[in-house]
Amino acid sequence: MNIHEYQAKELLRSYGVPTPKGVLIHSPEEARQAVRSLGTPICAVKAQIHAGGRGAGHFKDHPEIRGVRIVKSPEEAKDAAYQMLNRTLITRQTGSAGRVVHKLYVEAGCAIERELYLSMLIDRSARKIMIVASQAGGMSIEDVAEKTPEKIQKVWIDPELGLGDYQARVLATRLDLQGPQINEFAAIIRSVYSAFTSLDASMIEMNPLVVTKEGGLMALDAKMAFDDNGLFRHPQIAELSDPNEEDPREQEAARFGLSYVSLDGTIGCMVNGAGLAMATMDIIHEEGESPANFLDVGGGASREKVGAAFRILLSDQKIEGVLVNIFGGIMRCDLIAGAVIDACRQEGLKVPLVIRLAGTLVEEGLTMLRQSGLNITIATDLGDAARKIVAEVRARRAA
Amino acid sequence: MSILVDKDTKVLVQGFTGAQGTFHSEQSIAYGTSIIGGVTPGRGGKTHLNLPVFDTMEQAVSQAKADASVIYVPPAGAADAILEAVSVEIPLIVCITEGIPVQDMLRVRAALDRSKSLLIGPNCPGIITPDACKIGIMPGPIHRRGSVGVVSRSGTLTYEAVAQTTALGMGQSTSVGIGGDPIKGLDFIDILERFLADPETQSIIMIGEIGGTSEIEAAQFLKDSKTKKPVVGLVAGITAPPGRRMGHAGAVISGGNDTAQAKIDALRAAGVHIAPTPAELGSTLQSVLTG
Repeated sequence: MNIHEYQAKELLRSYGVPTPKGVLIHSPEEARQAVRSLGTPICAVKAQIHAGGRGAGHFKDHPEIRGVRIVKSPEEAKDAAYQMLNRTLITRQTGSAGRVVHKLYVEAGCAIERELYLSMLIDRSARKIMIVASQAGGMSIEDVAEKTPEKIQKVWIDPELGLGDYQARVLATRLDLQGPQINEFAAIIRSVYSAFTSLDASMIEMNPLVVTKEGGLMALDAKMAFDDNGLFRHPQIAELSDPNEEDPREQEAARFGLSYVSLDGTIGCMVNGAGLAMATMDIIHEEGESPANFLDVGGGASREKVGAAFRILLSDQKIEGVLVNIFGGIMRCDLIAGAVIDACRQEGLKVPLVIRLAGTLVEEGLTMLRQSGLNITIATDLGDAARKIVAEVRARRAA
Repeated sequence: MSILVDKDTKVLVQGFTGAQGTFHSEQSIAYGTSIIGGVTPGRGGKTHLNLPVFDTMEQAVSQAKADASVIYVPPAGAADAILEAVSVEIPLIVCITEGIPVQDMLRVRAALDRSKSLLIGPNCPGIITPDACKIGIMPGPIHRRGSVGVVSRSGTLTYEAVAQTTALGMGQSTSVGIGGDPIKGLDFIDILERFLADPETQSIIMIGEIGGTSEIEAAQFLKDSKTKKPVVGLVAGITAPPGRRMGHAGAVISGGNDTAQAKIDALRAAGVHIAPTPAELGSTLQSVLTG
């Protein structure tokens, strides 16, 4: 789960990370007041969307306007907010569709001496929490890693020993920090580590973490992501989720405990098991069409859950056909068949439907489908299912 | 022969009396697995499915020696259940639970690294040696004892490989679901190593997916091993968009060499025969075997 910059800064501040003062605003007038109340000669007005690259990103209708603006007066802030709010921002992480900006964060400016990079994440190969730091802050860390890998510093934290202060000091000196900055930097790393471990974070990134002209350190940008599996321990974090940033079908699916990802294609898929769901997408692609979604109904789904999954699929207007692919282990094929029949009767089936069932109680499931009187095509295996749905979708398109 | 489990494997069930623990223990017992009892804190001294229930693993192993344990404990307590099994030196721990916080698994990994216990999973279907021992949630009837070793990060794709090799009459020596989480127990290499050493296993199907670099490391391992045993591979997620978690906690493309294509290329370069589609795992292996 991702959260906004202003939320990440609030959280990190509560753990002791120094950040500039800022105000979240929803209207141009609020932007004006925010700059006045902050009282600094310059302020930053920053679009709040769940995607990086905002500073270099541009608005769809106004390519000359960026997602982060520097303003020098309350009036200028008001104008900037007017040009940004409720408009679509495109960055290298949003894709061409972009994201609509619903809120802005107005922040006190500071005089920057040097920009650093700092992040904490889980290194799955080392099976440890890893700190990544660089002197080349304020730019894409992927680019830094590719072009100047010598500028990337890494430190791993032993899960049983925890973070050593010395590790933070070593990083500080590798970044050429000096004097009191070394302990200041170590304190920031301690705070970040404490937030990371106590909130089940999966990633915390500050790009840039700046050295100010006064010599202090400050997180000018902040990004946090959380382990979905850890959210049950942190209801206060789960509440930070922003519905505007989520696909409505993905939200609806999450409510039923289903794993759903919207894609660009036209063949809806309902599958049990994440690997089989991906493989089903792949085989549709192999047959020359594209999947509309990833949908894993899970191992032990109830009839209600399967019904919800099917309704969510059919609510996607771009769907031209549906492929249901179930290999029952825990999942019983008769339960799937019953739920699909119910959902088809309730929603009305306007597109071709191909079902492949295998595993537990498959004969019972197939008999139910055959006797339902619905226009359902039954497939014998995964390859057969993919060929049949592609053929039916193409036939319907041609008709 | 087979790997890791056979007809003599004695199994304890952690989370024995819950709905999942009960259902799958019944299935395993019916399959012929030697389940000797289980643990549910607070239920010690009772019997369940005609088997003894203990409050702790310590009490359980003091009554009878166990070769393996299987965990059906919900996510909040699952990491602790693994650590409990490690503390009494259970040789093989199979954790079925999906949804364990990844930072819990970091601590579990550290404990495993200084113990002799082996872990399969979490977030996996388990392990089965057909006609001998079924530990986990896979449907028993699709299996048939034979010569193919199956190892996979995905549960239902494991069933595909099993059903296809059964239909073609090849059968399986042992089938292992290593699980879809980013931090886990045994990985591809650990299982492949055992399959290469097992005389009953004459060929291997390995099924990977996007995220992480286990498949790349496995490719290097196979290349270095110079094995003559044919290996058929599949990597799911060619069409998965970068940065999105595809169901499994571990299935997210986050760098460059963790895409399906990068893994397919590495495996192919190591001599692995890539199945063109997930429907052709069995037939690809058969055509390799018949030359």
